[in-house]
Amino acid sequence: MNKLNLDQNMIQDSRRLAKQIAIDVQKFIDQHTTVTVERTVCRLLGIDGVDSFDVPIPNLLVDDVQNNGDLSRGIALTIASALQATGKNLPDFISAYLLGTVKLCGHPYVSCDQVRQILDPYMQVTFAKIKENRDTRDAFLLAYPQPKTEIYVIVATGNIYEDIVQAKAAATAGADIIAVIRSTAQSLLDYVPYGITTEGFGGTYATQANFKLMRAALDEVSKTEKRYIKLVNYASGLCMPEIAAMAAIERLDVLLNDSMYGIIFRDINMQRTFVDQYFSRRINAYSGVVINTGEDNYLTTSDAFTQAHTVLASQFINEQFAYCAGLPSKLMGLGHAFEIDPEIENSFLYEIAQAQMCREIFPQAPLKYMPPTKHITGNIFRAYEQNALFNIATTMTDQSIHLLGMMTEAIHTPFLSDRYLAIQNAKMIKKSMKSFSDEVSYRPDGLICNRAKDVLRQAHELLEEIAQMSLFKALEQGVFADIKRSFTGGKGLTGVLEKHPDYQNPVLDYIEGVSHEN
Amino acid sequence: MKIKPYGDTSNDGKVQLSFTLPIKIGALGMEAAKQLGKQMGLIDPSVVSMEAIGENFSFYIVYGSVTHQIDLSLLKVAEITTPTFDKEAVEKLIADHFDRDLVFIGASTGTDAHTVGIDAIMNMKGYAGHYGLERYAGIKAYNLGSQVPNEVFIREAKRLHADVLLISQTVTQKDVHLKNMVELVELLEAEHMRNDVILVCGGARISHELAKELGYDAGFGPGKFAEDVASFAVLELIRKKNKTKK
Repeated sequence: MNKLNLDQNMIQDSRRLAKQIAIDVQKFIDQHTTVTVERTVCRLLGIDGVDSFDVPIPNLLVDDVQNNGDLSRGIALTIASALQATGKNLPDFISAYLLGTVKLCGHPYVSCDQVRQILDPYMQVTFAKIKENRDTRDAFLLAYPQPKTEIYVIVATGNIYEDIVQAKAAATAGADIIAVIRSTAQSLLDYVPYGITTEGFGGTYATQANFKLMRAALDEVSKTEKRYIKLVNYASGLCMPEIAAMAAIERLDVLLNDSMYGIIFRDINMQRTFVDQYFSRRINAYSGVVINTGEDNYLTTSDAFTQAHTVLASQFINEQFAYCAGLPSKLMGLGHAFEIDPEIENSFLYEIAQAQMCREIFPQAPLKYMPPTKHITGNIFRAYEQNALFNIATTMTDQSIHLLGMMTEAIHTPFLSDRYLAIQNAKMIKKSMKSFSDEVSYRPDGLICNRAKDVLRQAHELLEEIAQMSLFKALEQGVFADIKRSFTGGKGLTGVLEKHPDYQNPVLDYIEGVSHEN
Repeated sequence: MKIKPYGDTSNDGKVQLSFTLPIKIGALGMEAAKQLGKQMGLIDPSVVSMEAIGENFSFYIVYGSVTHQIDLSLLKVAEITTPTFDKEAVEKLIADHFDRDLVFIGASTGTDAHTVGIDAIMNMKGYAGHYGLERYAGIKAYNLGSQVPNEVFIREAKRLHADVLLISQTVTQKDVHLKNMVELVELLEAEHMRNDVILVCGGARISHELAKELGYDAGFGPGKFAEDVASFAVLELIRKKNKTKK
């Protein structure tokens, strides 16, 4: 597909630059670990639950090693050594540990081979479960093939049971993908809350128990609707790999997982996020979860018309980080958005240029296209019109993941009827314009082709600049979303550790070694 | 003067409603929607559309005429009465009355992660062609971003010797914003800072009336821009300055 007549050499060179940028950061990533990476190791060994103060056990263990042992060697080494010294199996050891009858730290270290030997049986249980989930998903998708463009809506009541009611209604009305928005500020918690939750603000806590409930509910609707309804949650934040592990275990299908979102929009330290996103994306790759990146967010802060190239540059970078983590193109839901001010003359044409350009540059990627939010005023009728334009752009340019806009954006979390009306809007356009994209081509010297060329050229220039100064420096200078972040600023830096030369992480070794046929 | 909604004739009182009922679509739902309209004070409610949402819900659009009328002479509204100047006029006001830059700090406080509002007012670029405070000569604008705890916000206000504090609140589910906004006022009072600053809030669901009720100097809702906020704050600062002189 090459309707825009884009310069293929420039695209190739952009990829080369992005790869150079990502590999430079990857060197840093490979030398570091974080507290949430180590907690994820615990989770994939099957350690779950909370103590009597509601502190998750993975946090207890990692904090203990950070205070009384050496976390830079990896928690796997400490756990394997403790099991060897006490002669207990892992579940018995954890029970005894919670009672205070055994210690985690201070045992003589076992060898590298022994770590693998001792822990392998536990991690294989989890990996078998994840493998089974992949097979279940594949079977569903074989039975119910997915549409070219999938309709994605959010639920955000704060109460998982209420979310389920709304999710089922939305799925029945035609939604293919349901995202459960997280409670505000969960991304800044350095632990994952535990258990079923019925209270949250602006969303519902992402917990493994909530994941399980929603998955079961959606499986039910999938069978009655004869469509596989996908489930989405959010990894970005201080617990990226832990959420990825929980998502793998409970068969989520899509995770918001951006290599830079936490840094830019949540002021999470950049060292922390880069290390975390790597392990989390490795888990996504193993579990066959589609990642969604967050470039759309740049346009809610920066101007969508003048900063369009930052979105493309970031997509190139996110793509290379994803390759570094073993994700194939078909799991890369790169993000972009319909956010140009509708008061700008021909704004719709510029939106088409951007969306079509994205489609052509990343032909295999399940692109995530976000609706207008910034220029929504509270006039629900105007918003409905803006969303119709957005839906037309989606259909015209064959986007993959179609996140529906709500007419009540900026008023409240969507009512049941808001979601219903949004789905009706999208469905009518999708149906009435079904073959439209096959029918249109664009004038080679026209507004749309020229705009796409400009954006690509600017993105290429920006990538050249970033490659020259390194991504760390570029973030310090506020290249994306006009937001500046320092190398040692932000939240979560104390949770970053340089790996000891004898660092052990049998879980990561295993998934790095397994090349799945994705 | 007494008024009623205007459909296509004076005093026809026409209104439109839409809502969802937790009931399967059917004649019963339609009658329920109609009765609901009656109980809400509509004469001749007419259910013009009814659609199924999933199995257990149905959606209705209803038109009708309200019997109620509003006597405008009995109403009192809190409105910002100071005028709005354009950017250049605000800059001139500052230059004429102060021999220093005025310090504005702003944030989306509490757990709120949304920055659209505060960015629209503060960032260089502004919103819809209205430049933000960062671009104003005579104003030092500090946008602290989102999820700023009230304690941190106050600490920064002290450190930067802020004249004007701007609070943005977007998430209003379960009134989380009210608690947070009241807490800030209480903390400012405890620190004996409340009278030293102009305290302004804004957001899609914020009105001037609500702001006054919560102990703020002003509140700005949708459709307000940097110059509205700047004009109000600068005029207030001038008024305060003159008062202390006397």
